[in-house]
Amino acid sequence: MRSSRTSKAALRAWQVGLFIALLAFWYVATSPTLVPPIYFDDPNKAAFFFGEPLKVAQRIWVWFSSGSIYPHLWVTLVETALAFVIGTLLGLVVGLWLALSATASAMLDPYIKALNSLPRLILAPIFGLWFGLDMGSKVALGVTLVFFIVFFNVYQGVREVSYTVLANARILGASDRQLLRHVYVPSAMSWVFASLHNAVGLAFVGAVVGEYLGSSKGVGYVILQAEGTFDINSVFAGILVLTAFALVLDWVVTLAERRLLVWQPRGGETEKI
Amino acid sequence: MVQAALDLEGIQVTFVSQDGARYTAIRDTSLRVAPGEFVSVVGPTGCGKSTLLNVAVGLLQPSAGGVRVFGEPLSGLNRKAGYLFQTEALMPWRTALQNVTAGLEFRGMDPDEGKERGEAWLQRVGLRGFGARYPHQLSGGMRKRVALAQTLILDPQIILMDEPFSALDIQTRHLMENELLEIWSANRKSVVFITHDLEEAISLSDRVVVLSAGPEARPIGEFAIDLPRPRDVAEVRLTPRFLELHTQIWHAMKAEVLKSYAQQQNQ
Repeated sequence: MRSSRTSKAALRAWQVGLFIALLAFWYVATSPTLVPPIYFDDPNKAAFFFGEPLKVAQRIWVWFSSGSIYPHLWVTLVETALAFVIGTLLGLVVGLWLALSATASAMLDPYIKALNSLPRLILAPIFGLWFGLDMGSKVALGVTLVFFIVFFNVYQGVREVSYTVLANARILGASDRQLLRHVYVPSAMSWVFASLHNAVGLAFVGAVVGEYLGSSKGVGYVILQAEGTFDINSVFAGILVLTAFALVLDWVVTLAERRLLVWQPRGGETEKI
Repeated sequence: MVQAALDLEGIQVTFVSQDGARYTAIRDTSLRVAPGEFVSVVGPTGCGKSTLLNVAVGLLQPSAGGVRVFGEPLSGLNRKAGYLFQTEALMPWRTALQNVTAGLEFRGMDPDEGKERGEAWLQRVGLRGFGARYPHQLSGGMRKRVALAQTLILDPQIILMDEPFSALDIQTRHLMENELLEIWSANRKSVVFITHDLEEAISLSDRVVVLSAGPEARPIGEFAIDLPRPRDVAEVRLTPRFLELHTQIWHAMKAEVLKSYAQQQNQ
């Protein structure tokens, strides 16, 4: 127990150390004065292409202290959350339905495969046309990305239900409905949660790419504006803010997973008597 | 004649694989189990013992023949039977207590009453205080106890057991067998106990049925076990009568075991 705790602390130290090292490298490599220009002929060019960490930090500070970023961040987060929730629910329902109905699954199989292999980001302009340049089109794009990830995992999860557990529950008297609730869904849940980590990231991709292609609000829009004026520091600031919030959302999924999958054995926690 | 609790009549089970190959696991098999009788079915590995049990519980439709449960022809699942699986059948997302009470919950019993009964059954199988644990937090023997309580809490008239203790070490196994006998003699139900272990079969049963080697397995012998009850499964093995019965039944089984072994060598 003790050794695992110390190694965890050491791991954290290494993670923080790596972060600082990366920042330091960024700072030194882009500073006009600290290193001689090896690659670029002009000492300011590295900063022009890669930004400078201090200025990026300053930009983020200004955004948050002045509050100018909040409306954009709010829009992006709402789009992400809506895409995530709607896509996950659709994936769950359709996944359960197709996994349990052999006929529907056989009939729709080629369509599902076709839709999944379609490069769905290409739909973004079409969604803009259909749902306008407001939130709707971004949510729609996110949903198409999230849906398939969750759908395939639910489908697989239901297919992988142990035959013995299923037969046992039936013999114990479970009706079809009870089988769904007490066997299929819980069994699929571990697959679903594995997929939700990917799904959170993709919901973000859908929102930001949608904003990038046409919008008047959102962090993607802020980044696009900054690119238009070659303001590389703001671009990096936008990317860092997005990354931080993606990590927060992923952490929320992890919390939910720990709570709902409490029955699963975790390394080092197993206790046999 | 007393009405049989379970009556398998001329059962044949033929599996057809996707490429059209046929495999007849059992044929011409009849088995009658009286109310309150403990019958063991023994036979070499792969002789279709589990198939027979799956037919009896209604998980598998026989290709020919029929099943009667207390005189009624069986269609669908056998609602009078409980089934103890060879492999893990507990729901891993439910605690031991929730697993035990699952059947009551499916039948719509009041949760509080169910919980009370569940606790009582956990205590009965020696797991008091373990109700909040998940299956992965229990040892193999404890999981079997939970499975036993899960089946018996529904008070089935017929208990079907498919090599339930085969994965346990020998001491735990004897312990579980004795507990099973104790629970069974307190409230006698019909039991069909599948095993490949002849000693286990003799020490538990009123009657031992020997199946031939598969494919097309069928009963080739039936032996009444007249050992006095109550029995201690470990001690009863040392009595002369036990050895006599063992020799007798083994004599009938031996040829089939060798046949089954030869078949596996040829594959």
